[in-house]
Amino acid sequence: MIRVEFLTKSFGKLDVLKDISTEIKDGEVIAIIGPSGSGKSTFLRCLNLLEVPTRGRVYIDEIEVTDPKVDIQKVRQNVGMVFQHFNLFPHKTVLQNLTYAPVCVKGLSKQAAEAKAMELLERVGLEEKADVFPSRLSGGQKQRVAIVRALAMEPAYMLFDEPTSALDPEMVKEVLDVMKNLAKTGITMAIVTHEMGFARDVADRVLFLDSGTVAEDAPPDVFFSTPKSARAQQFLEKVL
Amino acid sequence: MSPLLFEAASRNSYILGQTTFLDFSKIAPNIPYILSGALVTLQFTILSAVFGFSLAIVLSIFKISKFKPLRWFADIYTSVFRGTPLILQLALVYFATPQLIGYAIPPLQAGVITFALNSAAYSSETIRGGILAVDKGQREAAQTLGVKYPMMMKDIILPQAFKNILPALVNDSIALLKDSALVSTVGALDLMRRGQVVAAEKFIYFEPLIFVGIVYYVLVMGLTFFAQNLETRMRRSD
Repeated sequence: MIRVEFLTKSFGKLDVLKDISTEIKDGEVIAIIGPSGSGKSTFLRCLNLLEVPTRGRVYIDEIEVTDPKVDIQKVRQNVGMVFQHFNLFPHKTVLQNLTYAPVCVKGLSKQAAEAKAMELLERVGLEEKADVFPSRLSGGQKQRVAIVRALAMEPAYMLFDEPTSALDPEMVKEVLDVMKNLAKTGITMAIVTHEMGFARDVADRVLFLDSGTVAEDAPPDVFFSTPKSARAQQFLEKVL
Repeated sequence: MSPLLFEAASRNSYILGQTTFLDFSKIAPNIPYILSGALVTLQFTILSAVFGFSLAIVLSIFKISKFKPLRWFADIYTSVFRGTPLILQLALVYFATPQLIGYAIPPLQAGVITFALNSAAYSSETIRGGILAVDKGQREAAQTLGVKYPMMMKDIILPQAFKNILPALVNDSIALLKDSALVSTVGALDLMRRGQVVAAEKFIYFEPLIFVGIVYYVLVMGLTFFAQNLETRMRRSD
């Protein structure tokens, strides 16, 4: 379980997040949506401390990650992350991208890591790309590799930061399909996305962020049909 | 050689009709002697490059450190070694430090120490630039996979940085190879010094010095060729 208490993040004088408190239960899939600049990405990045919160606490599995004494690298092994711009390691092949962290961080043997990596690549239909470098892949393929790279660490949590925003339209579906299948496996997911259809189909809960606060927190059917806040109504009118 | 002697020598050879311009046969017996100087130069350059480069990596990591004293140290280090002449640094290490520590440093050792310290100052700036140019997302991806800082630097950030700064590093090492001729001033028998020895012995200057120049040029070309190969191999992932 991820628990967030009174999370505030400021960049200089700008308060990007204001006193956010929420919980993400085990196995839950939450979609974080909202207008640009509302703090969605910052919120997600505060969960694994890529951004250090200005105030407030974040607990993952009851470990307070905002405690400076906590071994954050250890916690991160259990929290995978997928980025908008993939961030694959360009000097490593697809297979090496997948095996690097399991071998170097978890101490898995090379053979075990490779076997696991091939299994994951098969799952996303990219086993033939094992030995190519990322520069030879399409955007959709890169993002599928990035997802399985995170999964290779067998995390309990997965964070997605606008995973389809940098993709050509025709590649969005292949990535969303992978995420849909992943959601069925019972892994806990937090997804910042602009894909409203996907959020409605896959999420258990929608967090609607507006200027640094959670303006709405509801199941997707409720949120999309009868949004309470005026801001959410406006937003949905524009995007749907 | 005194001007008077020089004049006598050249007049002498002129009278004897031995002034054929660039007659390399005149230094033929000395060529093995000069060439073994190339080995000294090469050995010297490689040692300085290896030590200097290792030190440069450490300095560049200091420079991007969050811990201010490390940054200060590296910045002051760079400013001192870049702000004073190399030949002065060499003289200090070779002539002055023995007075302090009571150990006479052999010329080559003094040279390697000075050149490693000096080239580290320059290369650390190059490497620092290379590290900063690596996309921030690479660091974040490594962090979210739980990779610790030293491993991340070694396996993710530095390899990408080096690929981008390779041409600049090749420049640095070419400069190092040529600047190594300065060790001739403290009596190391390198390529340059041996050319001068032969010149002084035979009273001829063009042939040995030009020969030495050619050997330097060939060494630099070899280095360039090696670097090009290395770059092609590193660009294989593009």
